[in-house]
Amino acid sequence: MDLADLWFVAIAVLWTGYFFLEGFDFGVGMLLPVLGRTDEERGALIQTIGGVWDGNEVWLIVAAGATFAAFPLWYATMFSSLYLLLLAVLVALIVRGVALEFRGKGDSPRWRANWDRLLVAGSLVPAVLWGAVFGNIARGLPLDAEHVLRGGLGDLLNWYALVGGLVTVTLFLLHGALFLSLRTTGELQARARRAASRIGPLPVLAIIGFVAAIQAQRGTAATAVTGGLAVVALLGAWAMTRRWAGLGFVLTGTAIVAATATLFLASYPTVLPSTIDPAYDITVHNASSTDYTLVVMTWAAAIFLPIVLAYQAWTYWIFAKRIGAVQSPAAGGTASEEADASR
Amino acid sequence: MDQLDLARWQFGITTVYHFFFVPLTIGMAWVVAGFQTAWVRTRNPAYLGSTLFFGRLFLIIFALGVVTGIVQEFQFGMNWSEYSVFVGDVFGAPLAFEGLLAFFLESTFIGLWIFGRDRLSPRLHLATIYLVAIGSLVSASFILAANAWMQHPVGFTFDPVERRAELTDIGAVLMNPTALVAVYHTVSAAFLTAGAFVLGVSAWQLWHRSHGPDAPAFRRAARAGMWITLVAGVAVLASGHTQGVIMTQQQPMKMAAAEALYRTEQPASFSLLTVGTLDGSREIWSIKVPGLLSFLATGTPDGRVEGIYDLQDRYVQQFGPGDYRPNIPLTYWSYRLMIGCGLLATAIAAVGLWQTRKGRRPASPWFHRAAVAAIGLPLLANSFGWIFTEMGRQPWVVWGQMRTADGVSPGVAASTVLTSMIVFTILYGVLAVVGVYLLRRHASAGLPRVGADSEGADSARLTY
Ligand code: HDD
Ligand code: HEM
Ligand code: HEM
Repeated sequence: MDLADLWFVAIAVLWTGYFFLEGFDFGVGMLLPVLGRTDEERGALIQTIGGVWDGNEVWLIVAAGATFAAFPLWYATMFSSLYLLLLAVLVALIVRGVALEFRGKGDSPRWRANWDRLLVAGSLVPAVLWGAVFGNIARGLPLDAEHVLRGGLGDLLNWYALVGGLVTVTLFLLHGALFLSLRTTGELQARARRAASRIGPLPVLAIIGFVAAIQAQRGTAATAVTGGLAVVALLGAWAMTRRWAGLGFVLTGTAIVAATATLFLASYPTVLPSTIDPAYDITVHNASSTDYTLVVMTWAAAIFLPIVLAYQAWTYWIFAKRIGAVQSPAAGGTASEEADASR
Repeated sequence: MDQLDLARWQFGITTVYHFFFVPLTIGMAWVVAGFQTAWVRTRNPAYLGSTLFFGRLFLIIFALGVVTGIVQEFQFGMNWSEYSVFVGDVFGAPLAFEGLLAFFLESTFIGLWIFGRDRLSPRLHLATIYLVAIGSLVSASFILAANAWMQHPVGFTFDPVERRAELTDIGAVLMNPTALVAVYHTVSAAFLTAGAFVLGVSAWQLWHRSHGPDAPAFRRAARAGMWITLVAGVAVLASGHTQGVIMTQQQPMKMAAAEALYRTEQPASFSLLTVGTLDGSREIWSIKVPGLLSFLATGTPDGRVEGIYDLQDRYVQQFGPGDYRPNIPLTYWSYRLMIGCGLLATAIAAVGLWQTRKGRRPASPWFHRAAVAAIGLPLLANSFGWIFTEMGRQPWVVWGQMRTADGVSPGVAASTVLTSMIVFTILYGVLAVVGVYLLRRHASAGLPRVGADSEGADSARLTY
């Protein structure tokens, strides 16, 4: 394994971290209208991700930045080829971020209700489109000898994109519902559990379709293992929805890890397959930066990534205590007000 | 317009927009941290009120900076794929470091700051805002190192087989003198911007609620804003001068364009205003300060400054046929407007300090109007500064290495870029309306009412 392989793994890990963490943020956002019937309830639901969503999104920023630095050709081709899908993702992420931050800055319920609608849309669109993006990558893109896309938006809308989108949207819904079962109490928690058990079968079906497609096209023994693990984990998560939400959440997390691993393993060492001619594939080796750059990056990541993980974990620990203790929709208001009042 | 023009417009629009929020974020984080430090030390509720008041404005601005930043990062790959392949080996590293070292820090601790007030000890809670503030400076340092490399590429070799720049010395890239002085200038400008913001908001409050209970707190804030503006204004001047000297060595064409200096002069005078055609053919009327350009550009009042014609000839010999002149009217005016808008804001702060000395209050409504106008001036100066820096580098995207025209994505149609440009322009327009509405609303509200027993009252909320 050389440095380019190491960075291939590192980028897979960054995307996995992103899907794991923003997966439940998107899930919470999408479930907002289903679980939160009143303004207060929606406020309480959003409270569960309020302090962490931005930190979660930085996983995406670092994944993209690391790809730019370690595999410039991969970054350039992926972003310019999937242009319109990524444009829609960007718009949705902007709308979602602003909705999260601005909903509490006005004081009429209508103001908040409008932002809540935008939050739902801003969570749903990327949840679908990330699957479509990676579905296309798994299928391959019509790249020519110059690594330039020969085709248009039509080429990006296909069965792979559809199934990929179904996988991410259903998986994130379940992940989010389980997350909420852990982070809320009372009536909200009961609703989250019910939602989780209803959603449960959907990601199982979607992932079976996706894993089968990948396996048929370019499967290996390794992808059979990871793909199978993703399916089993999701079956387990579904079974756990009414019993131990904590275990269920770990299992959806496992499924996210296994599904991302399947994606990245399926075409390795190719990172962007060309559907025109395999000779035009973009691979770990023809896209990588120089060893010097990779060494520099390795040092930086080895020193700073553990620090980041430590303080992000600490944040979750701080917030876990808070929300577990006071999250009660019946009392109304936000958690922090209650915490203040209870002192 | 072809794909290149559209991609350039889109980059310009989205970057200038991102940079409205960036300097305010950088400066305001420290202002809020300052008020909170005062509160933790003195337990004077007015300081907590100021922390929350300016903290809320800060959060609105911060949110807009965050959401517009992601566009920047994706845009290199989407619109500028040839550029990305060419520079990735060098340029990608500082960008990745920025995410790893700065964005994680900022975003995680801002969350803790917003939601952690009732969960962390006061000192730990104070530490979180300092970490955010430090994160924003780290972020600025890395991105400016990346940008400085485009102005003055160092620490790399050109690989003719891969047709790309390859990093050979990361230390040289991060310690590029161009980068160091840009950090100094940009961060000073950020404090100038934040100082003027605090000054403008507080002056408005003082004028409209001159006898209200919050007047003493806003008076203190106004004076703090004035001092920040004044000190930062001096630092901007000093760093701008150093930048001018470095720029003349590294990008003499940019300095010549900034002055519309067509013929080499020694000593060279600085033109304050020129009426005429800036293409050098005709000058109707101008005001000039003798020797000032020589001083700005070389550090001595009689230094030699090369003119556009000589430079153009030199570059044709060095790089082959082509037009190496940037858009001269644009560079000329953006340079002047940067300096002019910034100095005007500094002057308003200086007048304000004088008018409010020893407990006095300014009697004339004009001072308050000027103070409110001072909010906008540094924002304009920043935009002009970037427009000058980036447009003055044209036709290069990486000076001497790659032309802007060669950097665009070959596989992306003009119509696609047009779509995204329209989408971003509309979206950013809507965000501007919402953002200004929220800022006005919260800037014209009183200080959050906070007492020992009503800490969680509605007006003191930072959360959602
Ligand atoms: C001098 C400072 C400076 C400059 C020149 C730029 N930025 Fe910026 N950026 C910041 C200073 C900053 C900041 C102060 O650190 C921000 C503003 C709000 C925030 O959270 O961080 C930020 C936010 C921000 C974010 C969101 C981070 C998050 O989610 O927390 C991204 C992805 C970028 N920027 C990327 C860029 C790119 C690719 C630029 C180049 C074209 C750029 N920025 C110019
Ligand atoms: C620190 C990061 C950067 C900042 C803050 C920045 C800022 C700016 C600004 C303010 C402008 C002027 C926009 C206008 O014409 O209205 C500009 C133009 C431009 N920048 Fe940068 N820039 C940065 C990095 C880059 C990078 C990495 C590229 C590489 C693609 C780039 C390419 C361009 C191009 C092509 C233009 C258009 C020039 C023109 O319109 O003539 N810039 N940038
Ligand atoms: C006497 C006053 C000033 C002088 C002499 C000056 C000089 C300069 C120079 C020479 C550059 C270009 C650097 C390059 O391209 O290499 C620059 C850029 C810039 N200026 Fe100024 N400036 C002054 C005031 C201001 C003020 C008041 C502001 C904002 C409040 C400002 C904001 C900027 C920004 C944001 C840039 C682009 C970033 C950079 O290259 O550092 N400047 N300035």
